[in-house]
Amino acid sequence: MTPRGEGCNVIQRVVIPVFATAALVMAACGPQQATPAASAAASAGASAAVPAQQTPVPGGELVYIVTAEPPTFDAHQSTTFATLQPVSPHYSVLYKLDPAENVSKIIPDVADGMPQISADKLTWTIKLRQDVKFHDGTQLTSEDIKATYDKIISPPKEVVSPRQGAYASVDKVEATDKFTVTFKLKYATGSFLAALASPWNYIYSAAKLKQDIKFYEKNVMGTGPFTFVEYQKGSFWAGKKNPDYFIKGKPYLDSFKAVFITDVNRQTTAIQSEQAMIEFRGFTPQQRQQLSSALGNKLAIQESPWVCVNYISYNTTKKPFDDVRVRQALNLAIDRWAGSEALSKQTIVKDVGGLMRPKGPFAMSDTDLEKIQGFSRDGKASKEQAKKLLADAGFTADKPLTFKFLNRNVTTPYEPVALFLIDQWKQVGITATHDVKETAAYTADLRNKNFDVGLDFNCDYFDEPDLQLAKFYSASGLGKGLNLSHYDDPQLDKMIDAQSRETDVAKRQTLLKDIEKYAMETKAYMQPVLWWYRILPYNAKVRGYVIGSNHYTTMDMANIWLAK
Amino acid sequence: MGRYVIGRLLLMIPTLLGVAILTFVLMRVVPGDVVELRYSQSGSVSQDVIDRERHLLGLDRPLQEQFVVWMGQVVRLDFGTSLWTDRPVTEEIGARIGITIELALIAALIATLLAIPLGVVAAVNQDRWPDYAIRVFSIGGLAFPSFWLGVLMILGLVVWFHWAPPLIFIPLWKDPVQNLAQLIWPALAVGYRYSAVATRMTRSSVLEVLREDYVRTARAKGVRELFVVSRHALRNSLLPVVTVISLEFAFLFGGLVVTEQVFNVNGLGKLLVDAVAHRDYALVQAIVLIFSFVFVFVNFIVDLLYGVLDPRIRYA
Repeated sequence: MTPRGEGCNVIQRVVIPVFATAALVMAACGPQQATPAASAAASAGASAAVPAQQTPVPGGELVYIVTAEPPTFDAHQSTTFATLQPVSPHYSVLYKLDPAENVSKIIPDVADGMPQISADKLTWTIKLRQDVKFHDGTQLTSEDIKATYDKIISPPKEVVSPRQGAYASVDKVEATDKFTVTFKLKYATGSFLAALASPWNYIYSAAKLKQDIKFYEKNVMGTGPFTFVEYQKGSFWAGKKNPDYFIKGKPYLDSFKAVFITDVNRQTTAIQSEQAMIEFRGFTPQQRQQLSSALGNKLAIQESPWVCVNYISYNTTKKPFDDVRVRQALNLAIDRWAGSEALSKQTIVKDVGGLMRPKGPFAMSDTDLEKIQGFSRDGKASKEQAKKLLADAGFTADKPLTFKFLNRNVTTPYEPVALFLIDQWKQVGITATHDVKETAAYTADLRNKNFDVGLDFNCDYFDEPDLQLAKFYSASGLGKGLNLSHYDDPQLDKMIDAQSRETDVAKRQTLLKDIEKYAMETKAYMQPVLWWYRILPYNAKVRGYVIGSNHYTTMDMANIWLAK
Repeated sequence: MGRYVIGRLLLMIPTLLGVAILTFVLMRVVPGDVVELRYSQSGSVSQDVIDRERHLLGLDRPLQEQFVVWMGQVVRLDFGTSLWTDRPVTEEIGARIGITIELALIAALIATLLAIPLGVVAAVNQDRWPDYAIRVFSIGGLAFPSFWLGVLMILGLVVWFHWAPPLIFIPLWKDPVQNLAQLIWPALAVGYRYSAVATRMTRSSVLEVLREDYVRTARAKGVRELFVVSRHALRNSLLPVVTVISLEFAFLFGGLVVTEQVFNVNGLGKLLVDAVAHRDYALVQAIVLIFSFVFVFVNFIVDLLYGVLDPRIRYA
């Protein structure tokens, strides 16, 4: 995309704006009013502001913003969207989320159909498409799938695989024949299909991995819809259409350019000036308003609940947070429903929910949720109950509970969420000091138990209890480094294992309800504050992208096209 | 003179060594490391993975061992490998240093072109409206942080012209107009602040010289005021101005750290901000060493310039 004005002469580009800027500085001192169009768009519920889908038009270059740079090109080793958003267009996966809904429907990518599962659910046989070629022209075979999954599930010493634990159920991966691969499981699990649809599991060439297991850390060579063109460090990542892509007619775009912009204001102005068309993670309500005002009907907006949430983590190894009554009181003091109302106008949080994403396939109904401590709509009664529990635990007006509330120095949504919590606690006589630290220091403190109470978070690519409950395992067991309330609870471990091995969805949901009540209320180990809400204002020329509930999947750009 | 130059150059070594030690220690005193950062996005990476990655990067080795290894590399001008990207630090810096130098030079040029004429005009018109206007202008430069000015500039351009500086850097030799369209704005933001100090110094220095006997003599001889100011007053008042401009050039590198971020200019300043945020020890240490070297070297050049500007100054 060419930024507007690039064809103008130097005077237009450089000289005139100098004087105009000076004028604007003065003008900026006065109040600004949103245009009627913008106000209407914002108040109407912006998720409706999406242009109707038409027949895809091939051609054009998508310029999009990525708000951080990839630390590695190897998604198997990465945990950040900063790898997925620029690099995914070059790769395929075995299964993926259907880009038409991008929430829960899993469809084959290089697999030729859904897996055939044995009666005991321990053998998963997957046929592969026979028309898939790597960008170097070699054909994709089952050996590539085996090499890829072996690297993820049982990596050699010199390779880190952060999601290795998610494949604990896998006994071995076999290349049964040239185009068939078989996963043998140690035990049946309800989450295995989701694990196979992980957006991090790029399919790599077995030959390249054999040559150098670290090849993909610094090189790009996949089977995806776009081939690699250039990576200019700190600036942009570019790719062009793969003419041999196995899905005929796709991708629609001729090329893409992912521009790295870390400054929040510059991200917004890049969309506003139409230098960039979209930023896939999303913006705040204020940024949505700013862009709506400026771009009017040139802007499309999609919004969606997000599989991301902030948790309140208590240092259960430290007094008085080892006392369940204190933790329960802190939870009861929070009026989440009122918080949702207020905070959703300021930042990217909205829905009240338990441990599973609200409105998601495993979510508890509001009726059930409201019966759990801290989730009642009667905030006043809950606060009274909190005061009583605090008094029982020895904290009164004369001897109030005071502590430091550890938070990350990231404004959205951490700071407003923390301020809301501190205010809620103040209403029951608790004094929490906002202890804001830079991400590295914050993470180190949380992991090293150097905190009282902290605001933790979790983001996943899919609504899957095994993913969302991973951090609830005992801190000295499977939850080591994940469970930042630092408790050990064999009973909860058993409950989580039981739901994981339950393949019947209805039975699994029942088990989940018990887990949620136990973890959030009975033991009050960790509680979600509010679930995040994704707001995506973007250039209306961009078509074919459906927001979904996460910012990790459908990043291969195969379905995206640009309206003329 | 030769001995003086060699002596000054040798003195740079302990200064830079001190900076190296200080940076090394400070980076490690701050809690958290690159591994925490690398996996902090997900919130669901186990301690085993973290420990393994730390071991692979050598962060579990004793501090003194890490320091000796690093210093051994530095004396061979090998700054090691970025802990965040696993690429040579020299490669990471090499890709950006040219942009920062160009930006700094443009800013310095803007500042000098603004500061000297404004300073002289203010001095010549002391306590009249041009003097007041220039003083307000220069105080504004000191008061407004350049990054804030940068944000205003971008907003102004976008709101009024629906245009913003290009997001992607194009080298000067490929497309000078595009190059300038991107760099002129941060250079203005930084150059304005930079010019403020120099304007005030030029004004006071010229004022002082204008009161000298030889200026009165020149006027008495009937020399035109333009020549009195340009040949007698300005030349003789340049010494402190050059000092300020040169030292500010070194400070300018620091000013660019935030401004590059605001304008998304892919320079050394932006790299440093990212490297600090990522706890990329190797990269931070190398960039701080470069900044320190620039500072020390500019000081050295200023000292040498004194002799050129004022023949009375001689180095033993």
